[in-house]
Amino acid sequence: MRAADLATASILILLGGVVVLDSLRIGIGWGTDGPRAGFFPFWLGVILIFASVTIGMQAWHRATDKPFVTRARLGPVLKVLWPATLMVVLITPLGLYVASALYLGFYMRWVGRHSWLAVILCAIGVPLVTFVVFELWFLVPMPKGPLETWLGY
Amino acid sequence: MKLDRVVVLVLTLLVAAPASAVAWEPTRPIDFVVPAGTGGGADQMARLIAGISEKHRLSPRPLIVINKSGAAGAEGFLDVKGRKGDPHTIIITLSNLFTTPLHNNLPFNWRDYTPLARMALDEFILWVNADTPYKTAKEYLAAVKDKQCKERQGGQCLMGGTGSAQEDQILTIQLEQALPGTKFSYVPFKGGGEVCVNLVGKHVDSTVNNPIECVSHWKAGRVRPLAVFDTARITVGEWKDVPTVKEALGVDVSYLMLRGIFGAPGMSKDAVDWYVAFLKKVTETPEWKKYTEDGALKPAFATGAEYVKWVEDNEQLHKELMAKGGLLKK
Amino acid sequence: MGLENLLHGFQIAVTPFNLFVAVLGITLGTIIGVLPGLGGANGVAILLPLTFTMPPTSAIILLTSLYWGALFGGAITSVLFNIPGEPWSVATTFDGYPLARQGQGGQALTAAFSSSFVGAFFSIVLITFFAPLLAEIALRFGPPEFFAIQLLTFSSFIGLGGDAPLKSLVSIVLGFILAAVGLDVVTGQLRMTFGFVDLMKGFDFIVAVIGLFGIGEILLSVEEGLSFKGASTGMNLRVVLDTWKTLPRYARTFVRGAFIGFWMGFKPGGATPASFMSYAFAKRFSKHPERFGKGEIEGVIAPETAAHAAGVAAILPMITLGIPGSPTAAVMLGGLIIWGLQPGPLLFTEKPDFVWGLIASMYTGNLIGVLMVLAFVPFFAAILRIPFAILTPLIVVVCAIGSYAVHNSMIDIWYMLIFGAVGYVFKKLDYPLAPLVLALVLGDLAENALRQSLIMSQGSLAIFLNRPIAGVITAAAIFFFVLPVLTPWWRRVRGASVPASRRT
Repeated sequence: MRAADLATASILILLGGVVVLDSLRIGIGWGTDGPRAGFFPFWLGVILIFASVTIGMQAWHRATDKPFVTRARLGPVLKVLWPATLMVVLITPLGLYVASALYLGFYMRWVGRHSWLAVILCAIGVPLVTFVVFELWFLVPMPKGPLETWLGY
Repeated sequence: MKLDRVVVLVLTLLVAAPASAVAWEPTRPIDFVVPAGTGGGADQMARLIAGISEKHRLSPRPLIVINKSGAAGAEGFLDVKGRKGDPHTIIITLSNLFTTPLHNNLPFNWRDYTPLARMALDEFILWVNADTPYKTAKEYLAAVKDKQCKERQGGQCLMGGTGSAQEDQILTIQLEQALPGTKFSYVPFKGGGEVCVNLVGKHVDSTVNNPIECVSHWKAGRVRPLAVFDTARITVGEWKDVPTVKEALGVDVSYLMLRGIFGAPGMSKDAVDWYVAFLKKVTETPEWKKYTEDGALKPAFATGAEYVKWVEDNEQLHKELMAKGGLLKK
Repeated sequence: MGLENLLHGFQIAVTPFNLFVAVLGITLGTIIGVLPGLGGANGVAILLPLTFTMPPTSAIILLTSLYWGALFGGAITSVLFNIPGEPWSVATTFDGYPLARQGQGGQALTAAFSSSFVGAFFSIVLITFFAPLLAEIALRFGPPEFFAIQLLTFSSFIGLGGDAPLKSLVSIVLGFILAAVGLDVVTGQLRMTFGFVDLMKGFDFIVAVIGLFGIGEILLSVEEGLSFKGASTGMNLRVVLDTWKTLPRYARTFVRGAFIGFWMGFKPGGATPASFMSYAFAKRFSKHPERFGKGEIEGVIAPETAAHAAGVAAILPMITLGIPGSPTAAVMLGGLIIWGLQPGPLLFTEKPDFVWGLIASMYTGNLIGVLMVLAFVPFFAAILRIPFAILTPLIVVVCAIGSYAVHNSMIDIWYMLIFGAVGYVFKKLDYPLAPLVLALVLGDLAENALRQSLIMSQGSLAIFLNRPIAGVITAAAIFFFVLPVLTPWWRRVRGASVPASRRT
């Protein structure tokens, strides 16, 4: 917990630093017509740095500690996170519909151990319904890949 | 709705089959990018065109309006710039085609896109609240010069407008420079409708709204048009009685805003021909005519070299105006 | 006079075709409301070209019904999955989702829909009889008044944060910083974009919320090892009737929520701040503020009443002033112009059929809407019974679609994942998420209003105090800001022993 608190505080301090630097670039003064564009971001950055430093110091002095997350519990979290990330990566080359079909099917089979029939039905059915709803009814285009191009969309 | 589309598809197949001399036709839905938010002037026009196309069956595939308003429209322009050679992407432009890259030094320019057609030009009018005593632009501008706006700090008059370093502020600065000693405090708002309502509510003293943004408040007697920023008066309806800035103030300050359409970079000749014919048909519909008349838009359909020439001149004009107003990226 | 016009309006709204159009609109709207990222504004914009072939009155009924549907639908995913379908449903997740986790999803949904209807009805009645008068009041709200309202929204939340005040502060500041990324409207300058095109459009509130709340919650619940617990009760409509029996005791919350919602909605202010403010006040005035955030039905009623009241009230400035009270109203406004109607002060006299037909359809539309969504409560609650290994990837896919749909931008899906991880870490480290979200949605608006006001006053802050309306609201805001400091002091002075739980 302490390590996580410290790491988060460090990242936030860094972020605050970036914000302060950029605000200095665009001007942090109070002009004749009120604050300049960098006024608020600058002070927000400063507050962020101070608050995070204090939080970091408090965490540093904390003696007793429980772990942020145990190894056993981290497993399921990663099991959600990495296939989801992979799906997002695949959206660019394959399009959203194909990527989500692969993701749905993979996760159902891998984690849920559902029967192949259910997996295939869901993996094809869900993107298909989504396609009809978004592309045909609501005319909201989603990222598409070679398959959709081949089908003329 | 789905059935509708099937019927359309079948009909188009039947009708279009013999006349397939057309070199190019949309084969998938057309992305119609709007580099502005939903509900604004450009968005309205884009949706009107999409609607007219649907109603009069002018396109075999639908037009899908996509708003990409981030960073004063840069988001939309940069997105379309990346879709090189895509015949199914078009973009509607307003003055931010010129102002956004000039003010923030962003990497796009109208030359990146394929010019299709200039649909219309939008007028600008100097408005004041109807409760104020100013009957003419001359009276009002004199009050501005002498800092006579009573309710304000130090009598400093306030000009409301859309955005910063965009057409409304350019016009304000032009006016100030044409009449030495005149100084407004410019208050930027997010959209044109909001600007006019702030005028009605007396939160600002004047605005340079497009006709359509203020017309209903004018008819209700809440605001008063003092002058039109054009070389000639608007010819439709009651607008005829509004003098030009030249007539009212004796100085030449005019500005027209582009309502034009461009295609994705490197669009093929055949696709350009199809879009030009399509847009021409749109401007011939009664809905379009009513829309331009209600909004006092200047009908100015132009394509090809004429359009390019106009855009070139206008880019130069914006460069000069923004340089004079100190609005260029330092 | 209002009544007579209204009756005439009903004759227009209650034709078979217009009723059919209303049902269609509500159905589509509910779907749109459920899908995060696909807001009412998208829905209305998408249908706009189709309304060309209809008479304007039917067209506006279709679009407004869709809007009501979206207002109702926004609550569904908030309660079931902690994913707000619409921005104004964020506050609904605070207690709605814990209720669903406790197997009371049906009750939470019933409360949400019923309060939505109450809020809507309240606003419609006010619009029916006072529209022109209210429009005049709305006109008196300029940037200073607008800023004062933002201030009041914030101040109502002061002292409601978690146990770690510093972490609440970080959360607020982070929200404001994210809101400032992109183009600054007042100067036209780019802030904190570092030359990246993807940063120029800034961080969308909805994408952040989908990530922080939706994805973050999935990660938390898989870590805790529990799958989504299905609604153990109501697979039938009994749950609706049982919940209704408990609602009258929250009468004060309903009235307060409706007032806040209407007040915030009838001028551009919006449903989202209204829902937050209503939630904050409900907690402040509650006898059991400690129950809030853990599954208190009042915490669902308050924001939903206000959100729907504000959503309906947003229609008022559109028809009377020609200014939209919400993004959805902005698109409808475009519709009016395309149909050849001139929105604004003259609409009431020039097109009475249209205006009164619209107002009457607000009654019928919301009534049909609430009956429809209530009828589906058991069905919605049953969604949680879908096996975990299907539901989880399904939610992730829906979140991805929603994030993309906001701006048609791939980077937003990445933001969603990042916000998801951040939400998970923050929740574990006790950084509260609500202040971040509130700051993100209000930050931009508040800063613009403040700076516009200061341009108006040549840099003098007195403008917030010497204008009558702004002065009163600012004073109220300052009062709430200092309240947490004053309360202990007041108690010491009086020497009275007030239960500690009263201190919020």
